[in-house]
Amino acid sequence: MGRNLLIRLGSTVVTLFGVALIVFILVRVVPGNPIAMMLPPGASDADIALLTAHYGLDKPIMTQFWIWLGRALQGDFGTSISLRQDVMGLIFGRLPATLELATLALVIAVALGGSLAVIAARYRGTAAETGIDLFNGASLAMPDFLWGLTLILLLGVAFPVFAISGRVSPTLDLNFVSGFYLIESILRLRFDIFLDLMRHMLMPALALALPLAAVIAQLLKTSLKEAMQQDYVMLARTKGFSETRVLLSEALRNAVIPTLTLAGVQFTFLIGGTVIVERLFSYEGLGNMAIDAVINRDLPLIQGIVLVFAALFVIINLLVDLSYALLNPRLRHG
Amino acid sequence: MTAPYLTIASLSVALKQGGRLLRSVSLTVHPGEVHALVGESGAGKSMIARAVFGILPRAVDVVEGHVMLAGQDLARLPEGARRLYIGKRAAFIPQDPLTALNPAKRIEQQICDRLIHILGMKKAEARARALALLAEVKIAEPERVMRLYPHELSGGMRQRVLIASAFSAEPRLIVADEPTTALDVTVQKQILGLIADMQARHGTGLLFITHNLGVVAKLCQSATVLYAGKVVEQAPVTELFARPEHAYTRALMAATPRYDRPEDSLKPASPELIAELAREVALTDAAWARRPAHG
Amino acid sequence: MAEARAIMVRTGPRLWLSGSWLILMALAAIFAPVIVPHDPLAQDLMLGKLPPAWISGSEPGYLLGTDSLGRDVLSRLISAARPAFIVAIGAGLAACLLGSALGLLSGFFGGWTDRVISRIVDIWMAFPPVLLSILLVAFFNPSLTSVILAIAIIDWTRFCRVVRAETMQQRRMDYVESARAMGLSRMATLLKEVLPNVLPAITVLLSLEMGIAVIVEAILSYVNLSVSTDQATWGSMIAEGRGIIYQAWWVLLFPMIALFLTVLAFSQFGEGLKERFDPVLR
Repeated sequence: MGRNLLIRLGSTVVTLFGVALIVFILVRVVPGNPIAMMLPPGASDADIALLTAHYGLDKPIMTQFWIWLGRALQGDFGTSISLRQDVMGLIFGRLPATLELATLALVIAVALGGSLAVIAARYRGTAAETGIDLFNGASLAMPDFLWGLTLILLLGVAFPVFAISGRVSPTLDLNFVSGFYLIESILRLRFDIFLDLMRHMLMPALALALPLAAVIAQLLKTSLKEAMQQDYVMLARTKGFSETRVLLSEALRNAVIPTLTLAGVQFTFLIGGTVIVERLFSYEGLGNMAIDAVINRDLPLIQGIVLVFAALFVIINLLVDLSYALLNPRLRHG
Repeated sequence: MTAPYLTIASLSVALKQGGRLLRSVSLTVHPGEVHALVGESGAGKSMIARAVFGILPRAVDVVEGHVMLAGQDLARLPEGARRLYIGKRAAFIPQDPLTALNPAKRIEQQICDRLIHILGMKKAEARARALALLAEVKIAEPERVMRLYPHELSGGMRQRVLIASAFSAEPRLIVADEPTTALDVTVQKQILGLIADMQARHGTGLLFITHNLGVVAKLCQSATVLYAGKVVEQAPVTELFARPEHAYTRALMAATPRYDRPEDSLKPASPELIAELAREVALTDAAWARRPAHG
Repeated sequence: MAEARAIMVRTGPRLWLSGSWLILMALAAIFAPVIVPHDPLAQDLMLGKLPPAWISGSEPGYLLGTDSLGRDVLSRLISAARPAFIVAIGAGLAACLLGSALGLLSGFFGGWTDRVISRIVDIWMAFPPVLLSILLVAFFNPSLTSVILAIAIIDWTRFCRVVRAETMQQRRMDYVESARAMGLSRMATLLKEVLPNVLPAITVLLSLEMGIAVIVEAILSYVNLSVSTDQATWGSMIAEGRGIIYQAWWVLLFPMIALFLTVLAFSQFGEGLKERFDPVLR
């Protein structure tokens, strides 16, 4: 298994390299001159040439790439053209917000999807299962974008429970050290801040979570129903265990394994979804900053953000594979 | 004559869509008795086992008769109570040891779970009992085996584990559904011997489902012969072999290979016999259909 | 009449319902200029932010109300079906063709072809899709064509993976061997024998992809990156509605409903097709 891991890591590095190369070329091959956008109209050609040289955009593309790669491997991703700050600094400033949002969404998705699947499997053939199936069918067609809008209408306007923009109320003063507001608010026992954060984060988190929950519910339910047909479940019933107990104690651990891999892929879609959901809710995360970066043709920032997202995707895939190997007893002992 | 431990009385079971699978089956198993349930594939033997434990498939209903365990009519108990009642008194040895063990759970858990949660034993006590039984079924290194997962054991070892698990709760009745069919021929004899030993030692009643008449002769005191869900003959084993009454029983015996008879003396069932059997079944079904509807 | 009902029952309510909605939307897209009650571009600031007909304060003739520039919501809703469908069909087909072609090649020929294509797919799928589409459209000057291209460039991997898996499965079957034994070239075998068997999976995926394309177009419109401002799109209506949500919630709600029903119809249509294909082939 160690050898496999090394191969996977190597493959990951190749993939990330490919991503970096492609995005690098992409942003430079397309029309639109970021330098011209930065300068006031009527700037002289000399000014433009100076700034272009400053950002190294006058060199051939491959040379630019190697220079960029060299610096990147040392942790220097350049300076943002639009925000005039260090790219990595900007990214790490916003990354915790996005990570917290995605994690919250994941927790909600697993809890919700898992419960629905267990209920549907336990009460199969009843109205409960049919209801859950219908809900699932509709949810599977609703992307996070539409969920976000629906939640805004329902819980932000019709029954104003939550805040519909931002990450935290500007009136609260936070002197937190990390960007992980949610975690830090708990650690510092500032529950007023925690609640305020939740008021802002629950809707975007739900918007992200619901599509994933629908997928989990469907997959887990199918796996559970299949597991319940197995002989070891029948044997457990003869031992005297109730139907609920048999479902949770015997079937569930077998059903989780196939669900995990497929749900893991869906989680990467969730990460990708933070881009539009953050925009929808004006949430100050990485995705929101990414959109602005694109609109402003901020090449170094775009590269940095895309690479960070790609790295997240790849890491998650790796973790999913690893946990699959750990969970499946057959694979653990080789 | 002590009271029977298991009583199946006129049990009829049918598909919800129609088509009877068991036709008025009656049999009893007394405490400590080994009773054989014989028949070919599809005769309904497994269905009887499922009826005893109350785990008939969803598509199947009980339409007549009842099952009584230790004097309790099982149908009168609500689902949860029934399962507990049966779980404390009876155990099942399934046919296929590969699929009957949960691949995601260790052996220890699968033997001890009933002891701890149904019988209310303490963990240490249950563990000790499990180890003792693993030793009894002649598994070497019981401590090590307890920590293993099913896929790490051979087929014979898995069946031993299942046997140990069945006996561990000291049930008064064990139903064994063709426990050696899925095993290698070399292992079959050992497992059969093991079951016989343990039955004798623990004094457990045993409903032994099989299609192998040799097993019936060696192990069992009484036997029920089943065809198409219908009991065609029922007798103490010695009588059954000495004076088989029904043509089907005789055909079964004639079809069994024996080392002291030339192989080409095997006779498959004659067309007349098959027709006769079909007619019997049809008559039973017709009589059943004509019975007055219950109000 | 009985015949029509028989057809409905045979094809299954799922297909029939979703198909009807799609046909309705297609008709709206085609005949929009003719059937709209008002000019979708006509502004009248005196009639701004009027509520829908069943709420007090509304104007007759503006069934679903107006937006902040006094434009009729219903008319804009109908005329927005056109860009939605153009993108759905254009992007769906483009992604389908590119992805399926590569998937067929990759699955059938294996070896280096497969390795290279699979590696490209891996890299491609590491990109956050929405961000990438925003990137592409922003840089290629927003227009329906660039939207279609962007979606196709990003989503072809969806087709490639599935088609590759299906092709590999088909390749193992006996009819492939017999076709080759009869002297068919590899390419001919792929196109004439394998492709028809992979077609059901492709069709189902195509329907799904069309729904996705509509959503992506809406997202791009929302971020102001789709068509130029004149043509109404569901996404731009949503963007505007989001801004005036407290004053005129209807401007947000109705395009949302239209979007949801259309995406649902596409995915249910695909599911219905999948159901239909399975028993027939078996």
